[in-house]
Amino acid sequence: MAENNNAYWSANIRLVTICLVIWALCSYGFAILLRPMLSGIAVGGTDLGFWFAQQGSILVFLALIFFYAWRMNKLDKEFGVDEQ
Amino acid sequence: MDQFTLNLLVVGASFALYIGIAIWARAGSTSEFYAAGQGVNPVVNGMATAADWMSAASFISMAGLIAFVGYSNSTFLMGWTGGYVLMAMLLAPYLRKFGKYTVPEFVGDRYYSTSARVVAVICLLVISVTYVIGQMTGAGVAFSRFLEVTSTQGLLIASAVVFVYAVLGGMKGITYTQVAQYIVLIVAYTIPAVFISLQLTGNPIPGLGLFSTMPSTGEPLLVTLNGLLTDLGFSEYTTGSNPWLMALFTLSLMIGTAGLPHVIIRFFTVPKVADARWSAGWALVFIALLYLTAPAVGAMARLNITTTMWPNGVENDAVAIDELPDWFQTWSVTGLLKVEDKNGDGRIQYYNEGGPGMAELAAERGWAGNELVTFNRDILVLANPEIAQLPGWVVALIAAGGLAAALSTAAGLLLAISSAISHDLVKSVFNPDISEKGELLVARISMAFAIALATWLGINPPGFAAQVVALAFGLAAATLFPTLMMGIFSKRMNAPGATWGMVAGLVVTCAYLFAYLGVFFVPGTNMLPNNADNWLFGIPPTHFGPIGAAINFAVAYAVSSVTAAPPKHIQDLVESVRIPRGAGAALAK
Repeated sequence: MAENNNAYWSANIRLVTICLVIWALCSYGFAILLRPMLSGIAVGGTDLGFWFAQQGSILVFLALIFFYAWRMNKLDKEFGVDEQ
Repeated sequence: MDQFTLNLLVVGASFALYIGIAIWARAGSTSEFYAAGQGVNPVVNGMATAADWMSAASFISMAGLIAFVGYSNSTFLMGWTGGYVLMAMLLAPYLRKFGKYTVPEFVGDRYYSTSARVVAVICLLVISVTYVIGQMTGAGVAFSRFLEVTSTQGLLIASAVVFVYAVLGGMKGITYTQVAQYIVLIVAYTIPAVFISLQLTGNPIPGLGLFSTMPSTGEPLLVTLNGLLTDLGFSEYTTGSNPWLMALFTLSLMIGTAGLPHVIIRFFTVPKVADARWSAGWALVFIALLYLTAPAVGAMARLNITTTMWPNGVENDAVAIDELPDWFQTWSVTGLLKVEDKNGDGRIQYYNEGGPGMAELAAERGWAGNELVTFNRDILVLANPEIAQLPGWVVALIAAGGLAAALSTAAGLLLAISSAISHDLVKSVFNPDISEKGELLVARISMAFAIALATWLGINPPGFAAQVVALAFGLAAATLFPTLMMGIFSKRMNAPGATWGMVAGLVVTCAYLFAYLGVFFVPGTNMLPNNADNWLFGIPPTHFGPIGAAINFAVAYAVSSVTAAPPKHIQDLVESVRIPRGAGAALAK
């Protein structure tokens, strides 16, 4: 039981880590610090970094939260720790 | 029907709706009063969370905040949404599994310590009380603009309405009124934005319109806007400032958002752990509907205003003062907008005379100072329906929407404040034997007290009203967020570690803010001038949240590593909040 719960928790930590890396990359990365690197990609009269800062990050955040919820609900069942 | 009557009708109807909901959703038990009986559908909770979160500032001020700075203020957009990722993955599901009513209650149980709980209550009260002042003044201002009352009268009406549904319904009443308030505010925000986007770009979706081509110029909207602004000596809309400071400020808003107690407690109201995860996603969906529109509203309004000043381009004459559009005249009456013909040529001189290449224009046109002497940024949202030439009922909707935004956030904050008093102080510290009925009564009295306090502070705002947001976000980031996160992710974290971590975060953050902004923000009591030369490592006080959080983490780990590990039953509690199974059982109790 304890072993199963630990494996479940490690899987959760892995998933959270992946999601937060993407979260940071899109907002702090593409929208701010890495914006000069993306300045060659034009989007609607400006560059990709500006789009990430005003819209893209928010859309990525949304996708991340729903992906996390879907994936965790599946993990809950796989490890048999879901709510009945 | 004149505009005033129309405003009165629409706002009156929305208030009648809120009070009707409150009577229908009365709270009959403490579980209903604190957590709406833990039976709220995750989509409904998402909508309520969106209204809880989006304040008068989001509704009225954010578009203007972005419009007059451009790219650099995207930090607000990312910061106030990115925090939900942290909340969805690091806090909400586990706190829902814990299954109780308040944030300090989790801190007290997890750290088996009444002092940790009391410190958490202090942090919560400082954060929420400072935050609620802005909401109450916001409601007063919205009233006075649309309903021809003074802002004090407006504030009293707003308090009376909140009083009815918050005291009667607690979390249950607040949840369902917030849903209604969300619908009012999002409809009010979207309608004018859609029409303005259609007029400028032909695209009915403002978020897409922002990146579309304008038929009138044949260029993308942002290129046209950049061109106009540089012609007038302003900096480009899409160009930014120091990227490291932008990143730090965004981080500060994100961590702060995730640590705000009035938002966290909304996730206690859903039936299951899985629902808490979905609900965070739905909350962000409903928030994004406004946050994806706001930057478009900002850019389009800035464009509209600039072309109003220079209808034939910068090469030609600026607009004559007696030819200004009607909305300009209407809003001049409110004092939010003021034109003064300083050089007496009958036209408005409005450009950045110190900008590159502007000296020539200024000499030619006879510069005697900026003639658009007052331009309140809130105008961008408030006057939007008139700029888009929409009928009077849309103007009335904006009034109802602004009030809905202010009231819904105020109610959420008041619940966080009153439940901390009745549940964490009275029930747990002063009178643990209080009956269920007695606690419900105390909860209602605390709510009435919290409303009275917020009203009084709204009428007599302390001098620091403008600094309030920085304080609330900085403190939430430095105190509650790290403590809650460590309580879930570290089994080894113990009572002394968490308590000293919170105290260190609170004290250092307050000290840093007070050093530059004055002790309790009283002007003139600051120890150092508030400018970049004096900031520690160049960090502005408004950006200090992540540093406060790092100090909290560091102190907590240092203290806990030299003190005893938490007892076995606490380690078991941590194990149990990590696993969803059993959350339903807590509901059945």
